[in-house]
Amino acid sequence: MEPLLHDLLLSPAWYFAAARGLTLILIVMTIAGYSVLLERKASAWIQGRIGPNRTIHPLIGWIPFLGTFLQKGGFIQPAADGGKFLFKEDALPGHVRKFYYVLAPIVALAPALAVLAMLPFGEFFHEGKRYAVSLTQGADVGVLLMFAVSSLGVYGIALAGWSANSKFPFLGAVRGAAQLISYELAMGLSVLTVFLATSAPGQDHGLSLVAMVDAQDGAWNILFHPVAALVFLICVFAETNRHPFDMPESETDLVGGFHTEYGAFKFGIFFVAEYSHMVIGSALFILMFLGGWHVLPWLPTIGSGWVASLIGVAAFFLKLCFFLFFFVWVRWTIPRFRYDQVMRIGWRVLLPLAVLNLLAYFVWYAING
Amino acid sequence: MAIKVVERRPLTLAERTYLPQIFAGLKVTWDNMVRPPVTLQYPDERPAIPQNYRGVPTLVMDPNGREKCVSCQLCEFVCPPKAIRITPGEIADDAPNAHVEKAPKEFEINMLRCIYCGLCQEVCPEEAIWLQSQYSMTGLSREAMVNNKAKLYELGGTLPDHHHKWDKKKEEAERQAHEGH
Repeated sequence: MEPLLHDLLLSPAWYFAAARGLTLILIVMTIAGYSVLLERKASAWIQGRIGPNRTIHPLIGWIPFLGTFLQKGGFIQPAADGGKFLFKEDALPGHVRKFYYVLAPIVALAPALAVLAMLPFGEFFHEGKRYAVSLTQGADVGVLLMFAVSSLGVYGIALAGWSANSKFPFLGAVRGAAQLISYELAMGLSVLTVFLATSAPGQDHGLSLVAMVDAQDGAWNILFHPVAALVFLICVFAETNRHPFDMPESETDLVGGFHTEYGAFKFGIFFVAEYSHMVIGSALFILMFLGGWHVLPWLPTIGSGWVASLIGVAAFFLKLCFFLFFFVWVRWTIPRFRYDQVMRIGWRVLLPLAVLNLLAYFVWYAING
Repeated sequence: MAIKVVERRPLTLAERTYLPQIFAGLKVTWDNMVRPPVTLQYPDERPAIPQNYRGVPTLVMDPNGREKCVSCQLCEFVCPPKAIRITPGEIADDAPNAHVEKAPKEFEINMLRCIYCGLCQEVCPEEAIWLQSQYSMTGLSREAMVNNKAKLYELGGTLPDHHHKWDKKKEEAERQAHEGH
């Protein structure tokens, strides 16, 4: 017993793993918090308002210009929001199935965290070998696992809707599950179209995202696969349950949808999970259609030093920020589709479109080699 | 009159994809986003109040600093929600304004009842009660929401007055006394 404990406590690998996990959670929480800020600010600008501009900590407020800037920009607001979620009374309604009720937010967030840990967002060279910049080592697991794991997030929604034991969450959960099934097909087919173009037969990492980014060294995929990009983008909106497809939530007809019965930090976790899924969806779109960490189409990477790596990562994050903004922008522009419209678009428009698109590329490659 | 049948054109393919409409909508929201916000940061910035605003009713004094109200109680009687209560009082014989018959001993306007209709201002023959520009009236108790006479004069202040009615009355009275009527 003692040697085992000794190994556990003194093995550096444990501490590295723990530190990495904590870093991941911190980064995800920060990104989610600031996405909420972006959402609030952008919605305010669109509606002619100013948005959060009051929150300040006295210590930061004393800094002459930076303090004012941080206050006016609302940069302290996410901390206040998070603190509010943390210190609210965590009510447990009497009519819920308690175990699953507590489990649901965890099930919603865990897949999102797992996928974010695997996400490559840059490259660097060390002693002649190339590595992907990611929160875990050797993260080149391929797109299949990412889709598989990130789609598990809907179990959180389904579990929340069922365990809350109330009709609105239940309806929201059923809608969320139906919507995921409807749009996963078209999404997979559009992804298949792109991978058909970039991975040659007999290649080692057929579904690798790093290889996919490498293939976009010249032209980005969106230029040659506009239909696949459009279908994928619409499906990302549907999969992340964002407007105009926020069926599981739809405040106006389902009160709060699947999280009606949730409050305090458990609701906050659902919130973080939603924004994490936004980050995942945007990142996958960038990796597969917008050249990943390449700065511009046909612009070759300059050298292999750490400066080039940093520029690549910065380019990726810039694109990510734009996409997060785009999600928000679309949300405050378009009204929500009705449930039957969502189903019709998924099954009768996007799925045939994706199939035809895939077939067209099949025929094209069959003829042209 | 000839009937003209308007052709109901089916949606074009582009319209059926929703995409042109979505882009048009995105442009609308983008235009809104780059426009300066219209928010007024209320406690820090105050709205510009127009001249004829009907705010909290107040009692005003004339440019000589005398109260104009003669306690005729017309406002009390006209007040639809019965917010005004006046206790009329006498004016001492040796007071400089002794030629005015009456003055209010107490003048109360209950701001929990007031509906800001402005009838009191309209009915006042002395132009003594005015709905001025104050729009934010708060209090921590019901009692604090009843404006008494001192509060009403404090809120009202002095308004320019070209009539000088009681000056003229006094002059007239003195002239008549001088001429021995």
